[in-house]
Amino acid sequence: MQQLTLSVFQPGVLISLAVIGVGLALLLRWTLQGREVDRRVIFAFIFVSVATPVLFPITFEVKATPIAKALFEKIESLPEGTKVMISYDFDPAMAPEVLPMANAVVRHCFQKNHKLVFIAIWATGQSLLNQTLQQVVAVEFPEKQQGIDWCNLGYKAGNEGVMNVIVTNLKKMFPTDVNSTPLEQIEILEGIQSCRDFALIVSLGGGQPGPKEWILYVGDPGNVPIGAGTAAVSAPQLYAYYPKQLIGLLGGVKGAAEYEFELMQKYERFKSVDAPGIRMMGPQTLAHVVIIAFIMLGNVAYLRTRRKKGGAA
Amino acid sequence: MKRQVPLLITLFVGTLLIVSVFVPPLEGMQENSTLFFDIIAVFAFFLGGGNLIRIHLTKVARKKGDWEYSLVTLFGFLLMLSSGLFKIGNPGDIAAAVDTPGSWFQTIFFYMMSPLNSTMYALLAFFVASASYRAFRAKNREATILLVSAFIILLGQTPFGTMLTSWMPDKFSVLEIPNMAVWVMSSPNLAGQRAILIGIGLGVVGMSLRIILGIERTYLGEDKG
Amino acid sequence: MSRLAIIVTICVVVLFLGSWIFKALQAQDAGVDHYLLRGFLVTCSAFLTLAILSFLYKDNPIYKFAEHLYVGISAGYWMSQGFWSTIVGNLIPRLSQSLSGFFKQPYNAGEWMGGFFYTNWVFYVPVIFGVLLLMRLSSKYGWISRWALAFIVGTTAGLQFIRYMRSDFIEQISSTFVPLLVDWQGIGHFFSNLSLSATGQLVAMVSNWIIFLGVLCGLIYFFFSKEHTGLFGKASRFGIWILMVTFGASFGYTVMGRVSLLVGRITFLFRDWLGITS
Repeated sequence: MQQLTLSVFQPGVLISLAVIGVGLALLLRWTLQGREVDRRVIFAFIFVSVATPVLFPITFEVKATPIAKALFEKIESLPEGTKVMISYDFDPAMAPEVLPMANAVVRHCFQKNHKLVFIAIWATGQSLLNQTLQQVVAVEFPEKQQGIDWCNLGYKAGNEGVMNVIVTNLKKMFPTDVNSTPLEQIEILEGIQSCRDFALIVSLGGGQPGPKEWILYVGDPGNVPIGAGTAAVSAPQLYAYYPKQLIGLLGGVKGAAEYEFELMQKYERFKSVDAPGIRMMGPQTLAHVVIIAFIMLGNVAYLRTRRKKGGAA
Repeated sequence: MKRQVPLLITLFVGTLLIVSVFVPPLEGMQENSTLFFDIIAVFAFFLGGGNLIRIHLTKVARKKGDWEYSLVTLFGFLLMLSSGLFKIGNPGDIAAAVDTPGSWFQTIFFYMMSPLNSTMYALLAFFVASASYRAFRAKNREATILLVSAFIILLGQTPFGTMLTSWMPDKFSVLEIPNMAVWVMSSPNLAGQRAILIGIGLGVVGMSLRIILGIERTYLGEDKG
Repeated sequence: MSRLAIIVTICVVVLFLGSWIFKALQAQDAGVDHYLLRGFLVTCSAFLTLAILSFLYKDNPIYKFAEHLYVGISAGYWMSQGFWSTIVGNLIPRLSQSLSGFFKQPYNAGEWMGGFFYTNWVFYVPVIFGVLLLMRLSSKYGWISRWALAFIVGTTAGLQFIRYMRSDFIEQISSTFVPLLVDWQGIGHFFSNLSLSATGQLVAMVSNWIIFLGVLCGLIYFFFSKEHTGLFGKASRFGIWILMVTFGASFGYTVMGRVSLLVGRITFLFRDWLGITS
């Protein structure tokens, strides 16, 4: 049901494996000798294992997990022209994980000719949204017009307080868009009174407030389908809401890669666009392997010490 | 005045917000009350800024240890604040978004705040690795379960996990590591997270009630004299 | 200043200048307007990244510089955003027509109720509470900020009471009542397909049992009013195991998250700064 295939015979893979192999052999030797490994050696090792596949990229094929596919299918199934709200609830620290999925979701929505209303519950989200608007919307969808195909309501302070107002009255919280255009003059918002009038809300974030708060303050009380893209650290918690309260979830960079891959499979034009989620899976893989190796080495050292203590007793 | 008024305010606002869910005509009041909360939140930002200035100016004035760094903080604060409040370099007029591309505000955000913020968190990758080596030990059954679960997730998220178990016949595909990772996330992880959520939910409900009824007063601090 | 500190400072300055010149020339070749500024900004960004990473060696003045700069910039950032988005966007249009005009915001005229109460007057309430909150800065009248704090705490409590009760308690319990006997078609069919994609049967049933029992036993573990012995103790023990699996999964995801951030920074250094990868 899930595939994530990798060809071993790529320069990136071979170089990375060689680097890691040498490093791990050295660490294993030190561990068996009972030597204390300085934390800086471990730091250097992690740096090298992440940097090598960045320098020598590795390519993958990733297929979506059911929970990620659910979001893709939902957006795919919405009729053309559906109004979707996308909330940017993240900061630069989460951006390497969340921005790729945000870009992928925006691409998908525009490809399906949905109308997008952007908002931000995090102030930093508004600034990061500029990147999507400049790098994705302006470049790949120049025909999409502000006010007609999309609009940016921007950020409002108050976290959950903002959601609590817009679930019943959008205009009260957002009398204008980010550039002070009154809501009445924005074509895309005709007929929109509150969040309940959107067919889907996608929250992209990972902290608080984020997808969880969207479910609590808007999804459940307003009966609005909520989809989420989230930083990996908060993904496990959100599984508890799936599928009843959360229609789909992209968890971490893997979620971004899965969405990008689905998009590429479905639409030819996206095969040539940059897919940072998929690109990041190379270093990710190597780092995971290294961390697993560290855990194993740590346990070897632990068992060795315990055996010695047992022997001494 | 010092304790009774705040308790009354809490009781009034808290009760209003709860009752308004059941009494639709109160929806407008509820919206206003929440909007007030959102506006006061900005004053809390101002309070934070004011506090920051006070602490660092005091540090500089008294030449306390590392006072030079307080100058850096004040410089960063004033630079960002003035760029934002006066919309310096903003290509639009006063009505344009504060972070319009090209403005000083957006430029400082993108080239200074953004790398600082993301690198601060990226540091944790190193410490997680170090902790994995030093502290992640299979000392007992519970720790071993945790370890195995972590292994499955770590491997299952990568093509390496697929490679390890790709020989598995289709009939037993559930035993392939990536599929096991999916199963762990959507079954035992879901159960555990749900138990935690229900526990926290009950805690939040109980604490909210205690606050509204004035039983919980620690947020008011202590009276001095 | 020690000799080592002087040498390090000189090296950092020289490297910074070198990088600035290099990046500016690159930007000029690429036809970028303001190439000197672009060179400076990219260099600045890279050096701030390296300054934070220098903490891995040990705490040092360069790291402290970056850390303090971050605190200042962040505070300024949030204050500015809060001012323009909410004070100018939501408060001023309800309080002053002339100020709304100055900020080019559409004035939100209120209504007279019964000829004596103007609806927009209520928006002086958050202003008063806001000012009371700022009194926290005064040592003599700081206590009065409790009134504003009480409003914040009361609102949070009121909002959370209902939302958590509904979404994290009632809905979660409701979602836990899953069928424990999924699509039963006899014992032969039961063992015929162990694929995760099989519609129902063994895997689905095991999953549902684990969800039901896992939530129940997890909650039993959190219940401290009864001693964890006998059957209750066994259930509690199973609850711990489920929670351990949960924590393991969270650990795996946390690793993934943190590594992603590092990949992001390294990609920036290699691609945008050094230009050694595409």
